[in-house]
Amino acid sequence: MGYEPQADFGTPEVRSETSVTLTIDGRAVTVPAGTSVMRAAAESGGAIPKLCATDNVAAFGSCRLCLVEVDGMRGTPASCTTPVAQGMVVHTQTPHLQKLRKGVMELYISDHPLDCLTCSANNDCELQDTAAQVGLRDVRYGYDGANHLGLETDSSNPYFDFDPSKCIACSRCVRACDEVQGTFALTMDGRGFASTISAGQAGDNFLGSECVSCGACVQACPTATLQEKAVKEIGKPERAVITTCAYCGVGCTFRAEMRGEQLVRMVPWKDGKANRGHSCVKGRFAWGYAHHKDRITTPMIRESIDQPWREVSWDEALSHTAGRLRAIKEQYGARALGGITSSRCTNEETYLVQKLVRAGFGSNNVDTCARVCHSPTGYGLKQTFGTSAGTQDFDSVMDADVILLIGANPTDAHPVFASRMKRRLRQGAELIVVDPRRIDLVRSPHVEAAHHLALQPGTNVAVLTAMAHVIVTEGLIDEAFVRERCELDAYEDWARFVSDSRHSPEVLEAVTRVPAADLRAAARLYATGGNAAIYYGLGVTEHSQGSSTVMAIANLAMATGNVGRRGVGVNPLRGQNNVQGACDMGSFPHELSGYRHISDKATRALFEQDWGVVLDPEPGLRIPNMLDAAVDGSFRAIYIQGEDILQSDPNTHHVAAGLAAMDMVIVHDLFLNETANYAHVFLPGSTFLEKDGTFTNAERRIQLVRKVMEPANGGAGSKGLADWQVTQALANAMGLGWDYAHPSEIMDEIARLTPSFSGVSHARLDEAGSLQWPVNAAHPDGSPIMHEDGFVRGKGHFVVTDYVPTDERTGPRFPLLLTTGRILSQYNVGAQTRRTENSIWHEEDVLEIHPTDAENRGLNSGDWVRLASRTGETTLRAMVTDRVAPGVVYTTFHHPATQANVVTTEYSDWATNCPEYKVTAVQVSPSNGSSDWQRDYNEHAARSRRIVGHAEAAE
Amino acid sequence: MDVDHLVMMANQIARNLAARGDEAAVALMVEHIQDFWDPRMKAGILTADPKKFEPIAASAVAQFGAHH
Repeated sequence: MGYEPQADFGTPEVRSETSVTLTIDGRAVTVPAGTSVMRAAAESGGAIPKLCATDNVAAFGSCRLCLVEVDGMRGTPASCTTPVAQGMVVHTQTPHLQKLRKGVMELYISDHPLDCLTCSANNDCELQDTAAQVGLRDVRYGYDGANHLGLETDSSNPYFDFDPSKCIACSRCVRACDEVQGTFALTMDGRGFASTISAGQAGDNFLGSECVSCGACVQACPTATLQEKAVKEIGKPERAVITTCAYCGVGCTFRAEMRGEQLVRMVPWKDGKANRGHSCVKGRFAWGYAHHKDRITTPMIRESIDQPWREVSWDEALSHTAGRLRAIKEQYGARALGGITSSRCTNEETYLVQKLVRAGFGSNNVDTCARVCHSPTGYGLKQTFGTSAGTQDFDSVMDADVILLIGANPTDAHPVFASRMKRRLRQGAELIVVDPRRIDLVRSPHVEAAHHLALQPGTNVAVLTAMAHVIVTEGLIDEAFVRERCELDAYEDWARFVSDSRHSPEVLEAVTRVPAADLRAAARLYATGGNAAIYYGLGVTEHSQGSSTVMAIANLAMATGNVGRRGVGVNPLRGQNNVQGACDMGSFPHELSGYRHISDKATRALFEQDWGVVLDPEPGLRIPNMLDAAVDGSFRAIYIQGEDILQSDPNTHHVAAGLAAMDMVIVHDLFLNETANYAHVFLPGSTFLEKDGTFTNAERRIQLVRKVMEPANGGAGSKGLADWQVTQALANAMGLGWDYAHPSEIMDEIARLTPSFSGVSHARLDEAGSLQWPVNAAHPDGSPIMHEDGFVRGKGHFVVTDYVPTDERTGPRFPLLLTTGRILSQYNVGAQTRRTENSIWHEEDVLEIHPTDAENRGLNSGDWVRLASRTGETTLRAMVTDRVAPGVVYTTFHHPATQANVVTTEYSDWATNCPEYKVTAVQVSPSNGSSDWQRDYNEHAARSRRIVGHAEAAE
Repeated sequence: MDVDHLVMMANQIARNLAARGDEAAVALMVEHIQDFWDPRMKAGILTADPKKFEPIAASAVAQFGAHH
C-alpha cells in the first residue's frame, strides 16, 4: 500500500442491534442506532469538515466546523454530537454551511503560522486539508493582533515535540490521554484566548509530567503541534506496511511508515484487534535499537572464550559450527546437544529451531524462555481446562464486571491492555488487586481498587485457597455450572479440602498477612459481582508453587461459573511478543507442536514421517536441567536463538558455570549479549522489521509480521539472512536438506502437523487480519473465547492445591524478601530498550524499600546499597517508598550492571522448574560502590567482547 | 546429574502432591517423572539414597524404578 493516513470516521463506532436509515446529501444510508451523523456521512463516502473530532475519542462538539442542516430541525447542529434518526434528511454541503465554516476557519487561521511549505506536517495536516475543504482564500482579520505564534517548542520528550504555536486548542490530545490511554496527564489550561495545552502543572514540561509517552496525543493531533521528531528529521513517509510489534505479549499491530528502507515512524493500526489503535512508548517509539551501533552484523567465531572474536564469512561460520556439533554428537551422543528457541522470534523461526534440535541434533533438549515465565500456566491450565492458553480475547474485558488482578502490573508490563482495562474500570467495573506491592492500578486517576490484598510474597496459594474457602462455605458456588461442566468427584474432593477450617482466611492470615475481613469481602465480590475475569502475570507463575497457583485460579473460575463466555475467564498476561507462539510451536522438551506429548506414538509417527527421521521418545532437558547437566559434563553444546539466559535466568553464577562448562555455545542474536560472553560462535540475527512470519499474542491471536527492510547481516555484495534462513543454513550445513523458500511454507508445514493450526496459512491471515487458535474445521474462523460449549479436556477438572511454603526463608542473616518486576520504559533484559532513548526514564535499576526498613538501616533515597542473598550480592541505588510493605524490597532486572539475578536463587516451581524470581531472602545494607562481582564481571565482559581488528569492544 | 538436587526436586514434587492423598500422590508423581524428566535425571534419581526421600517421594521413586 502507499502512504495515506487511515480513514477517520470522526466519532467511535457504535454497536447496536437496531439500525437506522437516513438520507445524507441524497444518499440513503443505514447505520446502527446511536451513530453520529458525522460517522454516517463518512461511512457512506462523505467527508464533513472537522477538526476536534476523531474516531478514537468521544464527540466533543467544540470546533464548529462539522455543522449540518437537517430538514425539520432548527439551526445548524454539529454532526459529531447529533445522533442519526430514522428518516432524517441531512444536508452537509450548502452555501449557508459553507459560509459558516469559512468564517470559523478564518478565525483558526488568523492565529496559525502560514509556514505550510516548510512545516513538517505539510501535506499531512488536517488543518491544511480542512482549509482546502472549506475553500478558505483569505483572512480578513490580518495577522497583527494578539496571537500565540511566538510560543516556544517543548522538546523535552525524546520522541516528539510539542509546538504550542501551531496548536488550535481542539483538545484532541487531552481527550486521547484521558479516554484512550487513561493517564490524564494533559489538560487545557486557561480560558478563552488564553487556552493552552499543559502537561501536568504549570512549569512542567512533557518529560517532567505524568506523561507515559504512549503517543496517543501525537496520533490525535490534527496539526504539527504534537509530532514525532523522526518525521521532522526525515520527512513524510511514502508507504505504510502493517506489521506486529516485537515487544510484549499484547501484540499490537502497527503501520510501519517507511521512506524506502528507512523507518520513519510506527503508528498503531486502528484495525488491529489486540490494540484497537493504541500503543505504548516501547512499540511506538523504541525501535532505534534496530540501527544501533552495537549491532553485530558479521558472523564471528573463536576457539575459546578467553580469545577475541574473529569475523568470518557465513559459510565459514556455518561449516565450522556444523562440524563441531557433529563431532560432539559423535563423541558424547545426541543427548549432549540442545537448543533454546526465542519468544522474540516468529512462530516459523521457533518451529525451525525445535525441528533442528529434534530432527538434526537428535535430542529433545529444546526449551524456551517460557520456562522462566509462563511454563506453570501451560501446566496448570492443561491439567484443569485441557489446553495451555488463556481463555479470552482482550475485547472481553469490556464485558467484565469484576476484575481480579493477581501478580501482574499491566500499566508497566502490558500497557496497551492496561488502558483497555482502565477504560472498563472507569465505566464502573470493580477491581481486586492481589499483589505485595501497591501497583499503579491500586489507585490512579479515576481508578481505585475495591480491595488490595497486599499479601506476603510466596503465599499466593494460601490466599486463593482462603478465597475458595469463603466461596464454598458461604454457598457462593455456581452449582449448575459445576454440575454440568465439571468432574463432580474432583469438585467434591476440592470443596471438602478448601472447606476445612484450617483454610479459612482467619487462620491463614498469619501466613498471608492479608486481613481476613478484606479477603472475605474480595472473595464475595469475585463470586457474586457479575461477570468476573481473572488476569494474572509472573507474580503468579514465578514461584515454587507457580503451577499450583495457576490451578487454584482455574478452580476459582470454575467454581463460580466464570469460564466460557465474554467478560469472564482466566487470562495469563504473557510476557514476550511470541511466548505463546513459542510454546505452541513445540519448544518444550516434552511436547511437539500443539501441546502433544513426545511419548505419544501416533503424534511422533506423524512427525517422523514428515521429517524422515526417528525421534527420541523420551522428554529432553529443561533450561535449568541443561545447566545442571552441563556442569555434570553430559550436556556439551547449545544453540541459543534470541535469548540472554545469563542475564535473565536465576542465579547468574550457576548459569555462567553451566555455559563455561560447555564445549560449544552458539549465540544467535542482534547484540553481543551477556550470554555471548561465554559463546564460541556468534550468528548475527535480524529484527522483526527484517523478516516475514507470524507472532501469537496472549489472546492466542496469530498475526503477520511483514518485512519492511533487508536484514542488516549481509556482507559486501551478499544478501542478509533472516533468522529462519540462518537456522535453515545451519541445518543444511549439518546435511538436513531443508528448502523452505519463504516462512509461509514453514507455516504450511506447521498447519499440516498441528490440529489446532490446521486452518492457518499466511494467505488466510492476510485476508482475515488475524486469527485466534484453534483454527480448524470445528473453528474455521478461530476461537476468540475458549471452552464455550465444554472444556477442551471434556469436563473441567478441579485440582486440590495445598499451600506449601517455599524453602527460601527469611532469617536473621537475610531478613527481607526481594521480589522483582518490570518498568514501563524498559523491556526485560533491556537488550533493545537500553539501546534507545527510553533510558531517559530509567537509567539504572533501583531498589524499592519501605521507610521503616530504610530507617533501620540508615538509608535514604539515592544511597548506594548492597543487596545480598545466600546466592550472591550486587549493589544498586535505593528508593525509599511505601509502595512496598515493610519486610519486602523490590527491583527490576533491566540492566546488566546490576544483574539482579546474581541474587536470585535456584528454587523453582515444583512442576515446571520455572524459577522462583519473586521470593528471595535478602539483606540490604549501605555500600560504597560496586561489589567485587560487579567489577570482575565488567572486566570479563569487556574482555569477552573484543573483536580482532576492532579498536574498541562493542558493548 | 547432581543427585542431591534431584532429591530436592523429588521431595518438592511429593510435598505439592501430598494433598491429593497418598495413593494418588504416588501415582501422579511417577507419571510426572515419566512425563517431564530427561533420561539422565531419571537414571540419577534411582541412584539416590532412599533415606533422603520423604515417604511419598520414596514410594514414587521405588515404583518408578520397578517399571523403568
